[in-house]
Amino acid sequence: MAKLTRVVSRIRSGGASTRRKGSFGDNALLKVKLPEWRTKIVLGGLSLGFLALAGKVIYLQAFSTSYLQKQGEARYARTIDLPASRGKIVDRNGTVLASSLPASSVWVEPDQFAARSDQKIQLAKLLNLSSKELDAKLSDEDRSFVYLQRQVDASIAEQISSLGIRGIHRQREYKRYYPEGETMAHVVGFTNIEDRGQEGIELALNGDLSGQAGHRRVIKDNLGRVVEDVIPLREPVNGQDVQLSIDSKVQFHAFAALKEAVKEYNAESGAVVVLDVVTGEVLALANWPTYNPNQRSRLSGQQLRNRVMTDTFEPGSTMKPFTTALALETGRVKPLTMIQTAPGKMTIGSHTIHDSHAHGMLTVEEILQKSSNIGTAKMALQMAPKEMWDFYANLGLGQAPKLGFPGAAAGRIRPFKSWKPIEQATMSYGHGLSVSLIQLARAYSVFARDGELLPVSLIRQNQAAPGVQVVKVETARAVRKMLEMAAGPGGTAPKAYVQGYRVAGKTGTAHKQENGRYVNKYVSSFVGFAPVSAPRVVVAVMIDDPKGKIYFGGDVAAPIFARITNDALRSLRVAPDAPMLPLKTSDLGLSDSPALVSLSQGPQ
Amino acid sequence: MYLNRLNILLAIILLGCALALVTAQARARKLFVEHERARAQSKQLDVRANELQLQQTQFAKASLIDAKARRDMNMQAVPADRLVHLEQKVPNPSLPASSEAPALKEPASAPLTTLSMGGR
Repeated sequence: MAKLTRVVSRIRSGGASTRRKGSFGDNALLKVKLPEWRTKIVLGGLSLGFLALAGKVIYLQAFSTSYLQKQGEARYARTIDLPASRGKIVDRNGTVLASSLPASSVWVEPDQFAARSDQKIQLAKLLNLSSKELDAKLSDEDRSFVYLQRQVDASIAEQISSLGIRGIHRQREYKRYYPEGETMAHVVGFTNIEDRGQEGIELALNGDLSGQAGHRRVIKDNLGRVVEDVIPLREPVNGQDVQLSIDSKVQFHAFAALKEAVKEYNAESGAVVVLDVVTGEVLALANWPTYNPNQRSRLSGQQLRNRVMTDTFEPGSTMKPFTTALALETGRVKPLTMIQTAPGKMTIGSHTIHDSHAHGMLTVEEILQKSSNIGTAKMALQMAPKEMWDFYANLGLGQAPKLGFPGAAAGRIRPFKSWKPIEQATMSYGHGLSVSLIQLARAYSVFARDGELLPVSLIRQNQAAPGVQVVKVETARAVRKMLEMAAGPGGTAPKAYVQGYRVAGKTGTAHKQENGRYVNKYVSSFVGFAPVSAPRVVVAVMIDDPKGKIYFGGDVAAPIFARITNDALRSLRVAPDAPMLPLKTSDLGLSDSPALVSLSQGPQ
Repeated sequence: MYLNRLNILLAIILLGCALALVTAQARARKLFVEHERARAQSKQLDVRANELQLQQTQFAKASLIDAKARRDMNMQAVPADRLVHLEQKVPNPSLPASSEAPALKEPASAPLTTLSMGGR
């Protein structure tokens, strides 16, 4: 230590002369020899440091690889979500009824938002918002995510992006379109903003229509292009397309006729269903009031109700053919059996039932043709309640139709054990029980299909549906003849007449119940089928509360039936079955082949 | 001497392989990018097809045609008594044998052409 002090003092005193005299290597400080142990400590410390680094490298490279790999991947790999498209809904001819197209949700980070005043005006205009509404959405700077608008059309979203406003972003999604609008609303239904079915087929078949989103992990280059798949692609599975049994043309005719009728009779609502007698398919299902599924901002429960499926009503006289069929089937009566209906009223217990007119002696055929309550009740009172109840159950009444459609109502038929004679009598002509319009239409397929009850479907079927034999062929044909009489000149529904086609059907007019009591409001209905010689369609019409003096089913519902049946049979290219007269082809300027040409002359 | 030449040859082969590898990778990426572009185009065409289908439905809607025909062209539906039905007699085993006993296996619609007899 003393030696070192001496050297330092020498440097301070004459260091300059020394430097001048000798080289750098002669510097006395460099000649100081450090103790060897210090060198070893430093060397050892450095070696340990390097060993620790090597150990860490080995650990990271050999034993703990995932962290670094993840970090590396995060810098060049990206996960891309591949949204699945919802399946289309098409009609039986392939016409699109619901389809999804790409759209965007436009969202904003309020604290990042920066735009010039002209950009804000353009943005508000594109989003169809007022300046106040836009400012209100932008004012919440505490939130980092605010939707400006969901499901914006792709072209508008592009224009918004091209404004180049900071803090505005897009999120890709799909928007559902319903080109047929209000005409098809109750069949197709609609989805919510999250693309989930809420009503109609959209809800009933949501599982089939919904797709499964996919994703892929990719590497992007500096231009943002995908250059490699990191892990195998999981393709999105698009939803299945659904082909309905509905025929758009028939649906339009049914809807247009119903809409006009409800307005003409100032009715509260109305419903129509058209069934294909051969396949059991629903060709048309219309309701009024309705809604436009593309614009659902103000919807009421009245508009949303699918009356064909969910509303039940007292069917009135449209039930009489079933009572008659059961009486014929069990051999209690024959078509020409005479029954006394005079004096037009009948007392059962403490209650009296009436006919609208006194008819006197009538055959069973005439009872149905004239729609006699007394005659029908007398047939019903010959039967055991259980027989009637079983028959109604076999017709599918009192049970929800197996359509898989949301909200399909079962109707109400009370247990037969509690039936009193007066109730059995009134039920025979459609009072004291309730059915839905689709149940009633399906039940009438028994007469159109020679006694077979049809399974009904809203999905396109490619073959004839196997029915369940409910009554004998002869019984069904006998009632069919009576129903043709009822829709003819001497019956209750001459207004059901369709030029060129033989039609059969039955009217119904029933008092409405409000708060458990019958009121002076009516449900007018007509259910029928055509052409009688080879039935092709069953058409059921229900008009709820026609206001005014005209409210009978034969006056209100039968003309709608006639119009729809006429249009439907023409759309389906069903050959007329009313008697024809040969036409001279020379009148038309065609080559002479009179056997092939005929002129429709209407019913004879 | 012999070993030196072999080393040079192997070095050249190695260099060639390396260049080939780089070229192949670049080519693979280029093809991948093209494939991606084709996929995107395919999706766009699908979307366009859906758009056109929707437009077709909108323009061919029965309600639209009916309204235009009635309002703009003063047309009306032809009454049934002004129609002539031409029926082509083609043997069809699935059609009903008799008028009162329909065969229900197939829709009972015979091939039918409808001609209008003109306005009244």
